[in-house]
Amino acid sequence: MRTTTPSQDFIRGIWDENPVLVQMLGLCPALAVTNSVKNALAMSAATFFVICCSSVLVSSCKRFIPNEVRISAYILVIATFVTLADMLLQAYAPVQHKELGAFMALIVVNCMILGRQEAFASKNNPFRSLLDAVGTGIGFTIALLMMGGFREILGTGAFLEYSLFGPNFEPWVIMVLPAGGFLTLGFILLAMGYAEHRKKANEIVNEQVKTAL
Amino acid sequence: MTDSIVKITASPHVRSADSTIRIMWSVVISLVPVIAASIYFFGPSAIFVLLASVAGCLLTERLFGSTPGSLADGSAMITGLLLGLTLPPGFPLWMAFLGAGFGMAFGKIIFGGLGQNIFNPALVGRAFLQAAFPVAITTWPAKTQHWWTLQGDNFALPFMSPVVDAATAATPLGNLKFGDDPVVTPLLDLFMGTTGGSLGETSALLILLGGLYLAWRGHLNWHIPLSIFVSAFAVSGLFYTLGISQFPPMFMLLSGGMMLGAFYMATDMVTSPITNKGCWLFGFGIGFLVVVIRIWGGLPEGVMYAILLMNALVPFINRATQPRLFGTSGKKKEADNE
Repeated sequence: MRTTTPSQDFIRGIWDENPVLVQMLGLCPALAVTNSVKNALAMSAATFFVICCSSVLVSSCKRFIPNEVRISAYILVIATFVTLADMLLQAYAPVQHKELGAFMALIVVNCMILGRQEAFASKNNPFRSLLDAVGTGIGFTIALLMMGGFREILGTGAFLEYSLFGPNFEPWVIMVLPAGGFLTLGFILLAMGYAEHRKKANEIVNEQVKTAL
Repeated sequence: MTDSIVKITASPHVRSADSTIRIMWSVVISLVPVIAASIYFFGPSAIFVLLASVAGCLLTERLFGSTPGSLADGSAMITGLLLGLTLPPGFPLWMAFLGAGFGMAFGKIIFGGLGQNIFNPALVGRAFLQAAFPVAITTWPAKTQHWWTLQGDNFALPFMSPVVDAATAATPLGNLKFGDDPVVTPLLDLFMGTTGGSLGETSALLILLGGLYLAWRGHLNWHIPLSIFVSAFAVSGLFYTLGISQFPPMFMLLSGGMMLGAFYMATDMVTSPITNKGCWLFGFGIGFLVVVIRIWGGLPEGVMYAILLMNALVPFINRATQPRLFGTSGKKKEADNE
């Protein structure tokens, strides 16, 4: 039934099936906490931790989870790890924890995590589930860093709070406001759609050239 | 589109000399007095800001416009001029250029070009600038001594803040709302345009002339500006007599972007309702929202947001004001639902 190799499980989530940019899952944190690279990093790290742990746990316990209540069981598993991550962050990075606020707890309802449990971890062995979770987590991190970098550079003229353009830079206030999140996501999706479109057009031309030869 | 030379359509066949190109260019012509006045009042700064904004629009249309020849129909030109006229004279040129490009790309081209857009592209550009650079867009320079001095740091380097400190002055609206000793600017000054403000919004007289010319040519639906004025006058009159607001009704009509917005932005053929009844609803909504935003909003001016909000409602207004189909029974709706 399974047709993918372990390496495919890992690679897939990073770019080709990127959870945010292709599957459009986990948009809430992607829009809400990417106003600076630092917040994006903290959010990615927490999500990465949660998705890896819960994928492994769900996959190892899949025989004990009754099919009828599986979603609630996944949520329970995820919530456990979110609470852990929440407390860890509060203990070791209280400032960052304050910045993320409610979005830390909202990782529980991140569809990307739940989606991986339902679509992959509940059907595969723990090792593969871990690979899949790591790949998806990296994909999520890439997407958040892209958005956070774009927004922080335009919105404050800095990257990781290191000023890039000197004190005279005029910040685009809109980019650190919520509207900037939507704009940035739109820009990135536009660019990706355009690249895809170009790629397809090139393939068609190449094929035509081949048949003509 | 078929390639056939002969186009066969159902009757009735109406011949008209109007085309998109003619309408667009007569709008440009009607703007000439307003532009001339802005140059007279604000000097070379006005020319630079307008040029930057027009350049941004034309370039965006040229690069991303989907239909060939869409540059020649003049709609990009109008968007550029209108956006430029809503900006303060000391505005950095790179911001004007950026806003124009944004307005064109995300207000118009992304929806499929002229005729497909939901929002007025010039106002989308301005709303973006308002959100991105709130300080620069609300800095109105004081009158300079000589006509030829720049009104601010127009030539700030791209992505850099304006550095030259120009003396600033409040607009009539800002003065009345936030000033230390609020004064109602004399109506004659507002009417003639000898006040501070954005490039094209100062002289109510010239905008009125341009608007009447367009209405006479049939290029704008006079129901829209009239309904905006009626509702703004009535609502602000009510609040003024009740003692809730400090804006006298006539002041409300003549100050800020009201005139320019009512005649040139709200009447955009693409983003206004189809039926006259719909236009009245649309205009009433704008007038009401302008007054509400001006009295209770965080900014002194509300015309832009009022028009954009009502733009979003246009499809619903169109649906609600669909003319009755004659010759059908009243039960058509039920049949549709099934």
